[in-house]
Amino acid sequence: MAREQHDYDDIPGTFVFDQDRSRQGFGINMFCMSLMKDENRKAFKANEAEYLKKFNLTPEQTDAILKRDYNRMLELGGNIYFTAKLGATDGHSFRHLAAVMTGSSQDDYANMMLAGGRSVEGNRSKSGKVAKSVKKPAKKSAKKPAKAKVKTRSKSRSKRG
Amino acid sequence: MARIIAGVSSSHVPAIGAAIDNKQTEEPYWKRVFSGFEKSKEWMAQAKPDVVILIYNDHASAFSVEMVPTFALGCAAEFPPADEGWGPRPVPVVKGHPQLAAHIAQSVILDEFDITVVNKMEVDHGLTVPMNLLFGSPKEWPCPVIPVAVNVVLYPPPTGHRCFMLGRAIRKAVESYPEDLRVVVFGTGGMSHQISGPRAGLINSKFDKAFLDNLSKDPKKLTRMPHIEYMREAGAEGIEMVMWLVMRGALPEKVDEVYRFYTVPASNTAVGHIILEPHHRATKKAPGKAKKPAGKIKRAAARATSAVRRSR
Repeated sequence: MAREQHDYDDIPGTFVFDQDRSRQGFGINMFCMSLMKDENRKAFKANEAEYLKKFNLTPEQTDAILKRDYNRMLELGGNIYFTAKLGATDGHSFRHLAAVMTGSSQDDYANMMLAGGRSVEGNRSKSGKVAKSVKKPAKKSAKKPAKAKVKTRSKSRSKRG
Repeated sequence: MARIIAGVSSSHVPAIGAAIDNKQTEEPYWKRVFSGFEKSKEWMAQAKPDVVILIYNDHASAFSVEMVPTFALGCAAEFPPADEGWGPRPVPVVKGHPQLAAHIAQSVILDEFDITVVNKMEVDHGLTVPMNLLFGSPKEWPCPVIPVAVNVVLYPPPTGHRCFMLGRAIRKAVESYPEDLRVVVFGTGGMSHQISGPRAGLINSKFDKAFLDNLSKDPKKLTRMPHIEYMREAGAEGIEMVMWLVMRGALPEKVDEVYRFYTVPASNTAVGHIILEPHHRATKKAPGKAKKPAGKIKRAAARATSAVRRSR
């Protein structure tokens, strides 16, 4: 069955770790949890493909882990706090992984963060339904229902009056 | 009777913990972050809480995907630091307050918050980093801590409104505890950040500043904010900010903002911090000066003169 669509699927460059992904990615995340123990980290490093057989992973999931394709792991149900344990096993920090997932070099990513981070402008919506890449329309669209409510309220008030 | 004397919120970025543990706090990059908490430590030294109730989220340390409690209350006598893949942080074991925690569990469950009681739990950077920021790095933490873990990892986290109401239920519980205890409630996490996927690195300072303003003055507005707005505007992991609303719910409607600090970045994250106290009514001597430190009760005035920077 195809994945059920949600409002947050419209956020670009984002894989929200929801109930469906959690179900799908149980094996990935349990594998990552196992890396909290030093003996398991060693066993994994000694023979990665063999170690992964213990976790009931799909071939796609196994492939993503072996290739350290962090975005694909998220797409297939991994969660960043879990996959970061794989990163730590390789000696990488959260920031290192973030740079990898954005396709930037470590220096470029670090400089972007020092300059204030990635702007939300132009990064809100895939469909463009929410804010055509600027904030003001987003505010307007968010306020519309509220305004409508106020109107009905004032109408009913005037009726009462 | 126990009472809540203040609410504190701060980010709990793991890299801040690493900077402390690796003694990098004097490096310019980190000094910028830590200098913002100097006044807070002074404030905390004066506030001297008997107990801290610390709202945080576990990051796949105590809870994996096997069990995901939405709200979990730490009722144990102690909580050791977790090994997050780099060995446990070299911080003191967190001592709990099992009696008050048991009282809170009993009170909030009858108040219709079906909280999970946890009697054995390790705590990760989500709890220990804010402790460092507010108490420094002592050999022993100066007071017991009751951890309240909120799920913000598996979508959906509890709504902002639900978090706020949990804060209220906690306040009711604390205020019905017979022992005379001074309690500070911490909210932690945030502010804007995304650490996953191609959009990682997102920061939205405008959103963060509006959030801090509303946290002080109009928290009800924040309780109506849907999850999609947090994720879209403040990053997928920015949704952690709902935990600040537990802290805010534990305070009365009117509060005094004692201190605020904001900086970008710490690693991938915008760092925000705020200290709120229940609004102090003017004393008889200074009726019109309720908002000024001089008009507050002596204790607060003393604190203010200790050079705590006011944000307004």
